[in-house]
Amino acid sequence: MSDPLLPPQRKDPLKMLHLGHTPPRLRSRAAKAMAVRAGQGRFVLQVCADCQTATYPPRDRCPQCWGELRWTDQPQDAVLLAETVVRATTDSFFRGHLPWRIGTVQFCSGLTAIAHLHGDVATGDAVKMRLVLDRGGNPAFFALPAKETPNMQDDPQLRVFTAAPKHRRILVTDGRSRLGQEVALALLNAGAGTVFLGNADRLMRFDGMDRMLATPRIDMVPLDMTDSRSCQELAGLIGGRVDVIVNTASHVRPGGVSQGSRLSTLQTAMEVNVAGLMRLAQSFGPAMAGRSDDGVNSAAAFVDVNSVYGMTGKQGFVGFAASAAARLALVAGLRGEMAAAGIRVTSVLCGPVDDEWHQTVPSPKVAPARIAKAVVQVLEQGLEEIYVGDVAEDVAQRWLKDPLLATREENQ
Amino acid sequence: MSTNSSLCGQVAAALISGKLKTVDLTNTLSADFPVIVLPAEFGQCAPFRIETLSRYDENGPAWYWNNITMNEHTGTHFDAPAHWVTGRDLPHNTVDAVPVSDFVAPAVVVDISAEAAADADFIVTRSFLEAWEVRHGKIPPRHWVALRSDWYKRVGTPEYLNLKEDGAHSPGPDAAAMEFLVHERDCIGLAVETVGTDAGQASHFNPPLPAHSILHGNGRYGLQCLTNLDKLPVFGAMIVAAPLKIKGGSGSPLRVFAFFDAE
Amino acid sequence: MSRLPQSYEGVAVCCPVTVPYVRFSPESAHWWAGAALQALAAHTGLRPAGIDGFCFASFSAVPDTVVGMVQHLGLCPRWMDHIPTGGASGVMALRRAARAVQAGDAELVVCLAADTNHVDSFRQTLAGFSRFSQDAMYPYGFGGPNATFALMTDHFMRAYGVGRESFAKICMAQRANALSNPHALMKRPLSFDEYMSSRAICDPVHLLDCVMPCAGAEAFIVTTPEKAEAMGLKAVSIKATIERHNAFASDPIQTRGGWAQDVDRLWAAARCEPEDMDMIQFYDDYPVIVAMQMEDLGFCRKGEVAAFIERHDFTIAGTLPLNTNGGQLSAGQAGAAGGFQNITEALRQLLHCPLGAQIPQARRALVSGFGLVNYDRGVCTGAVVLEGPVSHE
Repeated sequence: MSDPLLPPQRKDPLKMLHLGHTPPRLRSRAAKAMAVRAGQGRFVLQVCADCQTATYPPRDRCPQCWGELRWTDQPQDAVLLAETVVRATTDSFFRGHLPWRIGTVQFCSGLTAIAHLHGDVATGDAVKMRLVLDRGGNPAFFALPAKETPNMQDDPQLRVFTAAPKHRRILVTDGRSRLGQEVALALLNAGAGTVFLGNADRLMRFDGMDRMLATPRIDMVPLDMTDSRSCQELAGLIGGRVDVIVNTASHVRPGGVSQGSRLSTLQTAMEVNVAGLMRLAQSFGPAMAGRSDDGVNSAAAFVDVNSVYGMTGKQGFVGFAASAAARLALVAGLRGEMAAAGIRVTSVLCGPVDDEWHQTVPSPKVAPARIAKAVVQVLEQGLEEIYVGDVAEDVAQRWLKDPLLATREENQ
Repeated sequence: MSTNSSLCGQVAAALISGKLKTVDLTNTLSADFPVIVLPAEFGQCAPFRIETLSRYDENGPAWYWNNITMNEHTGTHFDAPAHWVTGRDLPHNTVDAVPVSDFVAPAVVVDISAEAAADADFIVTRSFLEAWEVRHGKIPPRHWVALRSDWYKRVGTPEYLNLKEDGAHSPGPDAAAMEFLVHERDCIGLAVETVGTDAGQASHFNPPLPAHSILHGNGRYGLQCLTNLDKLPVFGAMIVAAPLKIKGGSGSPLRVFAFFDAE
Repeated sequence: MSRLPQSYEGVAVCCPVTVPYVRFSPESAHWWAGAALQALAAHTGLRPAGIDGFCFASFSAVPDTVVGMVQHLGLCPRWMDHIPTGGASGVMALRRAARAVQAGDAELVVCLAADTNHVDSFRQTLAGFSRFSQDAMYPYGFGGPNATFALMTDHFMRAYGVGRESFAKICMAQRANALSNPHALMKRPLSFDEYMSSRAICDPVHLLDCVMPCAGAEAFIVTTPEKAEAMGLKAVSIKATIERHNAFASDPIQTRGGWAQDVDRLWAAARCEPEDMDMIQFYDDYPVIVAMQMEDLGFCRKGEVAAFIERHDFTIAGTLPLNTNGGQLSAGQAGAAGGFQNITEALRQLLHCPLGAQIPQARRALVSGFGLVNYDRGVCTGAVVLEGPVSHE
């Protein structure tokens, strides 16, 4: 069993913080392709398109027949053959995490791999493998116990690869929306220490306000994402304490391009959804980056709840989809920047949300509580991308298969 | 003829000597200053926003400046006749066309602060105004009629917009009062401390939104989100309210101030 | 068994030089290579024009290869080669040079390995070492080769019942041998308790199982017996060699090296047996690899190495002298020169011009190479049986 994680101690102000180092980042293109799949929570290896042989480490041709390789989902069962405890390293990141256990695992295909080890696995054990992303956004194998053990998530090595909410202080940007409120409650249920819940207009009441104000460990904070000063002022107040940001802010309005369109709506959507995200990243990013390796409750993740229609556009919600597309591009850029600093950047992509702005959209729609569950999941598993709900999964699958076709379908 | 013998020279001398006192009637433009909230299906009034371009930094080593965005009706602002459908066909109905002579005009201050404090939905009626005239004298022509409600003291609290589940609650005139002020007293416009010239509940009046409708339909103006009307004399204050010269603009944020005899 | 390779008749190996190692050096690999050539020149009077073949190995000469080195050092060879295989580079350079001389492509080949060791250059070398390492090994704790060999050692010890006492005996013998080598970086005797209690680096690898990275250079000459005689150089002959890469790729963890695939050909070609060897100069980055070679090169059967080690004394005066200069474990690992130092040491012992103590009547040596832990195991292996001149009897 793992020792249960304790709430973090207050910091000794005379101690220098442990700087935001990241593990070694140099990787092949094939390893980067593996990272993309790891970010989606898949467990993959390359399999030869010709002879069907699986291979590892990432290669560019099959070592059996030199055929082309395809990333393919694999069973996660393995056996731990050998282990060691790394007690000395020249790498700045791992120096701060020694001793560090690794081992050699053998998959059922017979392939072996080096893996990070959970504290509850030992040589000879059957293990359950996960493909995770390290702090630098690179793929890594992690060997977990085959069956859940007590406090399994609290294992200090596992926690390096996740942004698990437990004891973390989390800013949820839009507390005025049902979505933001559901996310806040779900994070508290998952053990978050504090949820700072943004309120864009403290003079204006909103549905659910009384419940949020009455919930322990929810701290309503002024945050208007269309106002740079508001973002900066909040960062000045809590920027050094925020471990995770979940951006739930979203301005959704129906409308077309040439017909039924309203430029001011597009502009507001861009202000909230796009410029707002940049303001948030500008205000909070640097301080988070500095704290990415600051103990077990380090700054860890920036989660952006966005629309899957950013990938395809969407008839009837064109301006909103345009803002979602812009937001995806910003998130991609932010991911690259923050990977160097050790902060995970994640997109939670939804279909139409079951809210007042999607009244005309037929079911299925995704409930805010379902999205909140996905937010907790991406943090606990350290994912980079997840599609939430039937519509988002359907759109994403069609897009992954044929992006231009999916785009055409969503705009007819 | 010496300068001091001219009217302007006398004003200048009075301003310099302090015999004429000036009072700022303008709220500070800031991101958190509330704007009017319309039902969600309508286009929304953009709040004031400011983004720094440079501040003696790598984007401009020796200079500081900002980009600002807002609606024409954000903060302390001026409504031109074209703001309302009733005024759409009038001549000189946009801010760039309004005669510049209208930007300096005298004011008469009608104190409704006690009534508004007692009832946020207080309605200024014709009979209220007539009773006021009995106490203070007749409202002269070509004056701003300034409704002193003390509403500006609520800025920064939810009670300024005072938005409840059934809408906003703030004082304003009814249609008969507006007909009286425009046609029988020839006011230049209505100047208020609330976020609009109409009462908070005026969309439920019959006809709806009488202040906007009647003022602008007759080529008169509105001034909103003013402060400090309690510091003006009932008669004798001169209001300077010159909107930005926006081509075809329906209104404009502006700096409004008044001057009056210090004694 | 396919047909045996041609003999190495007409090939003379001579003039071993070692540029004394230092722990850290501000100089470049080029500087160290030049120092080795200068040492060769001091023994032979060679000038650049006298060198018509050049075989080079280095990790730290980047961005240069043998091409840059030839121009840098003013050489004009008609044959050259670059050997990027680290611990296997000595055996491989020797094999290639021998065939070039035999074929007449070159008459005098200088085989040279040189590496510098700046402060922090070890970390930098590791960070960009190989694609598989960067993708699939070093990101796992970044223990470097220590971690890779720890996993191999852990598995080897469990699989064959080998204890740390066996490794202690190897390390203590090599340290005893190093004490007579004035160039060895380790200068104090090593006790059993000291070995056993040295701190864990990557369990079960402890500090005294690890080599010390350093700067240094090694070189020797491969030429014809006639040319060697004309230059007044005593020479050693090659009895047999083997080389193998990426052997037993499907073994989940390395418990045997490529030698095991070719060992029978080695002894058949050499027309002698392991028991005929007066010394073994094994590549020794970690004691587990020394133990593995004892099995794979035919000194004992797989799984019996613990008893074999128990039976023998590996000091210079012992029953089977091992790494008589102290090996890399006690003399230091100068990068790719670590793959050359056991050849130069064997040559010195066979030519009876040792740096330290001499094995009496040394005539035959087995030298091995093991190189390039590209990912989870050493990929390149090689071995050579050398025989010294009769005149020393």
